[in-house]
Amino acid sequence: MNEVRKPPVATTGIIGWLRINLFFNWTNSLITLFVIYCLYQFIPWILDWTIFSADFKYNYLGEQITNQEMCSRNLDPENGGACWAVIYVRFYQFIYGFYPKVEVWRVNIAYAMLALALLPLLYAKLPYRKYFLYFTYIFPVIAYFLLNGGLGFTEVSTNKWGGLLVTLVLGCTGIALAFPIGIMLALGRRSKLPVISMMCTLFIEFIRGVPLITLLFFGMVMLPLFLPEGIDMDGLVRVLVAVTLFQSAYMAEVIRGGLQAIPPGQYEAAKSLGMSYWRMNLLIILPQAIRISIPPIVNTSIGLFKDTTLVIIVGILDLLGIGRGTLADTNWLGLSYEIYFFVSLVFFIFTFGMSRYSLYLEKKLKTGINMGAD
Amino acid sequence: MRSNLGFFSDEKFRSIFFQTLVVGLFALGLFFVISTTSYNLEKRNIATGWSFLQNPAGFDISFSPFLEFKSTDTHLKVYFVGVLNTLLVSITGCIAATILGFILGIVRLSSNWLLSRLVYIYVEFSRNVPLLLQIILWYSILIQLPRVKQSLQVLDVFYISNRGLYSPRPIFESGFSYVLIAIVLALISSFLINRWAKKRQDKTGQQFPVFSSSIGLIFIIPLILFFILGSPLSFEHPELKGFNFKGGLVIRPEFIAMFLALSIYTAAFISEIVRAGIMSVSKGQREASAAIGLKQTWIMRLIIIPQALRVIVPPLTSQYLNLTKNSSLGIAVGYADLVHGFGGISLNQTGQAIECMAIVMATYLSISLTISFFMNIYNRSIQFKEK
Repeated sequence: MNEVRKPPVATTGIIGWLRINLFFNWTNSLITLFVIYCLYQFIPWILDWTIFSADFKYNYLGEQITNQEMCSRNLDPENGGACWAVIYVRFYQFIYGFYPKVEVWRVNIAYAMLALALLPLLYAKLPYRKYFLYFTYIFPVIAYFLLNGGLGFTEVSTNKWGGLLVTLVLGCTGIALAFPIGIMLALGRRSKLPVISMMCTLFIEFIRGVPLITLLFFGMVMLPLFLPEGIDMDGLVRVLVAVTLFQSAYMAEVIRGGLQAIPPGQYEAAKSLGMSYWRMNLLIILPQAIRISIPPIVNTSIGLFKDTTLVIIVGILDLLGIGRGTLADTNWLGLSYEIYFFVSLVFFIFTFGMSRYSLYLEKKLKTGINMGAD
Repeated sequence: MRSNLGFFSDEKFRSIFFQTLVVGLFALGLFFVISTTSYNLEKRNIATGWSFLQNPAGFDISFSPFLEFKSTDTHLKVYFVGVLNTLLVSITGCIAATILGFILGIVRLSSNWLLSRLVYIYVEFSRNVPLLLQIILWYSILIQLPRVKQSLQVLDVFYISNRGLYSPRPIFESGFSYVLIAIVLALISSFLINRWAKKRQDKTGQQFPVFSSSIGLIFIIPLILFFILGSPLSFEHPELKGFNFKGGLVIRPEFIAMFLALSIYTAAFISEIVRAGIMSVSKGQREASAAIGLKQTWIMRLIIIPQALRVIVPPLTSQYLNLTKNSSLGIAVGYADLVHGFGGISLNQTGQAIECMAIVMATYLSISLTISFFMNIYNRSIQFKEK
């Protein structure tokens, strides 16, 4: 028998990995050393600023911070890093806006229910998924009464909402409403009826050709002129109309992409079984088309979630709006880096989570079904 | 058989019926909206029409590099200043984002693990944080720069302060137009040489040094002409007078913030597109070209990039469109673009919401259509050509 020889040390294990990935040739080694040097300069500094020298609740004298003058770095410029106390003090506003404190349990329940409602959508193997899905369908109604009032709850007008609450309401409602509208628009654009197809195409291309901010202005400035007297639309609702119109055009294009990927045999087979247009689409075409367009649907949803920040331009206080409002307060002047860092981090957690989820789905779909093979 | 609806099951009839229904409902809705709108406008004493465009604006625009703007100028001029500012930040942003995106996309594929991870972290951070937040963040960094009196000096001619970047302004004297004409002629002739060289190479296989000859034509000849004519170009340096600089060229922090945020944000998306494009070229192409003895740089230039471009260009077009539309966020930092100047201040002063928004939307639509038109032409020119 031949003796099994081990591969040379230099090509396997940690040393091999280092040689191949970091020190392959001399230019590569030089780049690696340069990057390591830069990181060595940068990482201790950023860690020091964000964590080790930072104030979280108390300054270096041990006093509880209530305004920017008490931050360590403002007391002693040589000493101290970030002043996170501003987030600590204003945390309630960042999460709930100006929602009355006695009613805030309603928002907390709505947040918890949102997580529960998303669960069956995100995780297909959930036991008793069917019953969870029923809850997801009625969740918007429950959330409306919980947050807005009615049915025995005292009313909390939407101008008291703010922060993460507004960001999530805009993001979730926009995505949820845009989905069915987007499907209708996509079907309409592919319809054989020329008038309907033309109208849907015009609508989609118009919305996609203008910036969201002009649609928000449209909702804020022009919508009240279009409606008869007496119908006074809430500011948040007007913004929601604009956001939904915007998102549904993008959603329609994504779903149209999915529809185009369905082989014509599927249509022919459905028709030969005597199915009507709606039956064919609902039972045969759309389930397949939506399944393949889930990753791009998640991607446009990430885009919308980021774009909800634009509402601050028309005066709605979302997470970023609360951040800017805090900066305008003389108590917290000059803490822009802390506040923008925190707001970025919250957005990053949501959007990065969504993009990871989309990657996971892509992988699952690739291994799970074999689309277009036959 | 399901013919109990009689003629309704006839496909042709049904098609006409539904389309007429939709058109009818649409017309009804339109009529309703127009009538309520005209009633509302009348009640609020808002005049309709376009005459407001000729009224004096009555406000100043801080950044107008191409047109001189005074507060007595009309709203129509506000519109033109806005369009030019939108185009300025969009075009410079697209160029910077493309260059940065290509570099990052190629670096992301580098065999150096540390470097490609670093680019990955950059891409994830700048893609996942809202653009508006990035614009505001850049702006807040820029306005925390030192005041004018303590402004940072770079190379003795540039001054950086919280009022922006001051640089010398070039002044063109008589005779400079000859240099410009020489550059234009050189561009045309190098384009013709390129075509001729390609034709000759197809026929005879002989190559012509197109690149070096074009460099010579475009740079060296105008430069020689420039010195022969006695350097007809001088610079006006900015000078500190009182609380501000006088003279020179100023680039306002609003523009710099918009430019940086737009190009850095879009570059992250472009780098992913470039990466996907290069990865879409099959490994066999690289191996085959190495096997016939092509140099490493030629493999990239002649084999990989032309094939990758077919995949890259369509999504690149939509990134350019996104960047142009995103330039409307300038309103958050007071950059006097189309939305801020005309759609914001003019709209608020005149109250002509419908007219202003219609003009703004129509302008964006035409810019978008123009970009897609040219990118489609370019896209067609790089696709596979059947011979």
